[in-house]
Amino acid sequence: MVKAHQHRLPPEDARNAAREVRARRLRAFLFVAPLLAFITFAFVAPIASMLFRSAYNPTVADLVPDSLQALADWDGEARPSDAALTQFAIDLKRLANDRTSGQLAEEVNRFLPGTSSVVKSTARQLRRVEDTTLADTGATLLLEANAAWSEPGIWRALRKAGQTYTSSYYLTALDLEQTRDGSIQQRDTKIYLQLYSKTLWMALIITLLTLILGYPLAFHMAHSSTSHANFLMVFVLLPFWTSLLVRTTSWIALLQTNGVVNSTLMALGLTGDPLEMLYTQFSTIIAMTHILLPFMVLPLYSVMRGIDPSYMRAAMSMGSRPIPAFLRIYLPMSLPGLSAGALLVFIISVGYYITPALVGGTDGQMISNIIAFHMQQSNNWELAAALGSLLLFLIVALYWLYDKFIGAGNIKLG
Amino acid sequence: MRAFPEYFTFWHIAGHYALRITAYIVLAFLILPILVIVPLSFNAEPFFTFTPGMLALDPEAYSLRWYNEIITDQKWTLAIWNSFVIGVAAAILATVLGTVAAVGLASPWMPFKRLITALLLSPMIVPLIIIAAGMFFFYTTFGLVGTYAGLIIAHAALGVPFVIITVTATLAGFDRTLFSAGLSLGASPVKVFWDVVIPLIRPGVISGGLFAFVTSFDEVVLVLFLAGPEQRTIPRQMFSGLREQINPTILAVATLLVILSIALLVTLEILRRRTERLRGSR
Repeated sequence: MVKAHQHRLPPEDARNAAREVRARRLRAFLFVAPLLAFITFAFVAPIASMLFRSAYNPTVADLVPDSLQALADWDGEARPSDAALTQFAIDLKRLANDRTSGQLAEEVNRFLPGTSSVVKSTARQLRRVEDTTLADTGATLLLEANAAWSEPGIWRALRKAGQTYTSSYYLTALDLEQTRDGSIQQRDTKIYLQLYSKTLWMALIITLLTLILGYPLAFHMAHSSTSHANFLMVFVLLPFWTSLLVRTTSWIALLQTNGVVNSTLMALGLTGDPLEMLYTQFSTIIAMTHILLPFMVLPLYSVMRGIDPSYMRAAMSMGSRPIPAFLRIYLPMSLPGLSAGALLVFIISVGYYITPALVGGTDGQMISNIIAFHMQQSNNWELAAALGSLLLFLIVALYWLYDKFIGAGNIKLG
Repeated sequence: MRAFPEYFTFWHIAGHYALRITAYIVLAFLILPILVIVPLSFNAEPFFTFTPGMLALDPEAYSLRWYNEIITDQKWTLAIWNSFVIGVAAAILATVLGTVAAVGLASPWMPFKRLITALLLSPMIVPLIIIAAGMFFFYTTFGLVGTYAGLIIAHAALGVPFVIITVTATLAGFDRTLFSAGLSLGASPVKVFWDVVIPLIRPGVISGGLFAFVTSFDEVVLVLFLAGPEQRTIPRQMFSGLREQINPTILAVATLLVILSIALLVTLEILRRRTERLRGSR
């Protein structure tokens, strides 16, 4: 608007108008700036640092820079030169005395399993050797300490671990590996791809279950009087507002071996022995369906409330049978709510952690649980970061679809 | 018996009742699992299940011992204290920053509005485990892991999107000329914000703050990664209780949390009605 009129204004007024626009834009921005700075520090930078870490690991490069230098022009085929071996022996002695040889062992072990003990035992043996002796006969001492050092394999692993920027964690996260000639191939055992597909599969089942349960409920609510619908809404919102831990606790109480469900089934004579339901994929799916059901009902209800019931009445009064009338008229009209609810439930369940961790047992674990495992137990933070980044890309792609087809503005609260 | 249109056949009517029954079964599925923990929390025995005495309604089989446990066990009292301290601090931080920002975002002059809104809402979309991993790496460098400050900052970031959404919704019914009027009468933007804007959008601000508080109060993944033993919250304590030694204290805590969420639901409903009334009266 302002621009269109500018050429008609005297230059002085045009300058004032432009200044006023700049001032207003700046004033609006200044209101947002504090929060923007806060979110950048508290949230965006942490996510960025995780993305960075998934491809960046300077540990080995910082521990043995000289050895890596000496290995730089090794062809990777036969044993490296004696000079390189000697340099490594000197580095390893220093690490042993700094008590950092364990770190090196752990890093190299990731690229060639079984080498952790080789590095550790050699470090122990070299710890007490004089510097001058080491400089003269380091290569021999290293080979004497462990025969594994004559193999090129361990040196290749060391050189690989020494790369500061690496795609190797992403390759691992996708069950791929790099062969010696540099080509990329599938690993024999597919751990992570299987876990990703299991996670997506479980999320899909949960989405379908919430849809099957949520659709009739939302339909009934949308076609009740306002006061009755508001009353029923309390039963949807109360679980929605109740702590996630409370709802997971309930399912443990219900599904455990001598829990409420088993006692009821046995009292009714439906089963002689208690069923093992807790700590399985079944318990994860049923608990998550319960927890995520409100996310399906709320968007469905808000869309269905806006559908004029006279369309269905018109179709049926003109002789259409209920099911074709529903499929051809009502279902397409409720599709925006259906797809919003389905994508919301799917996106949330793909990244779920707490419920699978508590009721999932071993076969109910999802991708989030393995990320937590690598963060807390195996301490392979880089692999956790790579797995997390892949999950993040997946979520962003799903969210992009959501925004493109439904519009993110449709998210409603309570 | 309600009247059905004349063209309804027997199957129409049967379908109608089948739908109604299905809807009530689903409602039962939603609500019963939450209600079942309430009687179980009064169990006199250390079990997660109904004892024969409880089923026979024997008063001896019921007791308040697990509620007593909550107020006497130092781990639980610390957890309750932590949950409220962290929740309130995170909610205040998120509400103050979020409300001010929402006012800026509602301005027609705001540059890069779509991009910035998407950025500010993103903590709601990213899975918690990814946020937790990222924050753990990043906060370690600033010494924020294992501190109250770290958890408050982390939880405030999670609460911000809810404040933005609720306050923006309230601002949709806000007459922006009031802001210009205040400025033209000589008040500073800050004074106009405080004396004109805030009183009008107060219901939205309060419900945004409540959302932020609940988000922090319920949150456990970030607490698992970022908190030390000193900062354990109620959900964190429940999590380790469910993993290590299941005992009905957790059910007693859960019952209290259900009561809290009922109170919250009522408060939000009152706020929602007030917003509608404010809008309707204009």
